[in-house]
Amino acid sequence: MNKSWRWLAVIIIIVAVLAPLIPQLIWSFTFRWYFPSLLPGVWGTQAWEYVFSKSSRVGEGLINSLNLALVTSLFSIAVGLPAARALALYEFRGKSLVEWLLMVPIIVPGIVVIMGIHILFIRYRLTGTFLGVMLIHLIPCIPYMILVMSGVFANYGTALEDTARTLGASSLQTFWYVTLPGILPGLLVATMFTFLISWSQYVTTFLIGGGRIITLPLVLFPFIGGANHAAAAAISLVFVAPALAVLIFISRSLATESSIMGGFGRL
Amino acid sequence: MQRLHLIEKLRVPLMLAPSLLILTLLFVGGLVVGLGQSLGYMPVIGLNNFTLRHYVDVLTDNNFLQSLWVTFRIAFFSTLFSTVLAVAFALILRETFVGSQLSTFMFQVPLPIPHLVAANGIVLLVTQSGLIARLLATVGLLNSPSDFPVLVFDRAGIAIILTYLWKEVPFIGLVVLAVLKSVGPEFEELARTLGAGRWQRFWFVLMPLILPGIVSTSIIVFAFIFASYEIPLLLGVRFPTTLPVWAFNNYRDPDLNLRPEAMAVSIILTVISIILLVAYRRLARYAVTA
Repeated sequence: MNKSWRWLAVIIIIVAVLAPLIPQLIWSFTFRWYFPSLLPGVWGTQAWEYVFSKSSRVGEGLINSLNLALVTSLFSIAVGLPAARALALYEFRGKSLVEWLLMVPIIVPGIVVIMGIHILFIRYRLTGTFLGVMLIHLIPCIPYMILVMSGVFANYGTALEDTARTLGASSLQTFWYVTLPGILPGLLVATMFTFLISWSQYVTTFLIGGGRIITLPLVLFPFIGGANHAAAAAISLVFVAPALAVLIFISRSLATESSIMGGFGRL
Repeated sequence: MQRLHLIEKLRVPLMLAPSLLILTLLFVGGLVVGLGQSLGYMPVIGLNNFTLRHYVDVLTDNNFLQSLWVTFRIAFFSTLFSTVLAVAFALILRETFVGSQLSTFMFQVPLPIPHLVAANGIVLLVTQSGLIARLLATVGLLNSPSDFPVLVFDRAGIAIILTYLWKEVPFIGLVVLAVLKSVGPEFEELARTLGAGRWQRFWFVLMPLILPGIVSTSIIVFAFIFASYEIPLLLGVRFPTTLPVWAFNNYRDPDLNLRPEAMAVSIILTVISIILLVAYRRLARYAVTA
């Protein structure tokens, strides 16, 4: 590939990725910023004071979002990991039907399902509860866990496990010392996906949470496209920080372990 | 011995049961209730008779075709542009060069960032008094904000498409990149020794390898955008709205009589989405075998 083309691409990537992030960073420290100045006329920390105030509900939203994303991810691992392994390493009757059932929430729009479940959850008193919101977050999370991990399991195979078993390791030892280290990079990425899917949910939390479970996207939503750019920017940065922290952890496995992202091609 | 055999036999069903149970209970449960309401079955407000009236109402609504077109156009162009850009960047990033690691990391950055954050950033960037307009004014290309084109709350949905591009290019690109890196240069070098040009190597060697990944990810992206609500509501025009916005606005209305119509819109949307994606997949399979 031509060198100047390459440099152009690098510059485009860096500029395009940073472009929507930079104005948010500036706006969050802005008090007055009139057109057409390139930088704010009066800087200020009012937006951040608002974010840290109780009335903004950012703190409450942050804690709820974190709890929901963590619990949803752990739950997705617990039920998704065995299913992914079964799909990757075993042949059985009805396999394609099972695969289809487990992947359906990724492809079939959830809109009917979410509204239908809302009515069911009202009947079973699950609206406005943490459990109810977690259950609805599981619908998109479990399929992504299975999709990524079945690719990882298929790639890892059973040869090393079989060797360990032949040498006398128990099934628990085999899992802990052989399987887990092998699938760990993939598992981290899959967990990042489920964490972020839950972290980004708006409509589902809005409907099922019924105003009682406030998460960060619910706090941010009314500010977007509104008049208070500074507050929108500051809340947005709080919302984005954990997501970027997660990326730094898994960036390497994302780029080097081809079986992880490649798993999406198996859909 | 008999017991061991039974455990072996039950192993796979037991591994699959928890996921299948949760997903089918929630998904099928929600679908059945939604379908029932779309057919006018809503015992809560005394509607006990099934009717196709709400489907007829929606399909004969003057705004239906317009809304469907807006929804399709946004999803189609977002998916198309994302896919083309993603493949182009993946082809560049698969090689190792000075700065390739930094570029790959930067390319990954939008992946974990929530759509709402992207939308907020795009607004601050491309409104008539946004950062781009300010840059143009600073270099003297612009006198007042009204000289800048309307890109947010516009009929074409530019800000919506830009938001989706920013989010989905890295997603599709990283999947394609993963496939390209796992393939290695052997096939291409073989093709080159056999006299294939650059374009031929891309089209006949790389394309068949990355096509499954492209098809899968573009299906995921299209299905997601076609049914998504937040971004078109926040950055789109009030009229004509997309189908998901129509459905959710009706659903959230305090008047419960609007709910069957909301459900009918969502089910029509779902059916159209599935038809489009099945057709697309067929087409892609045909293209591979041809």
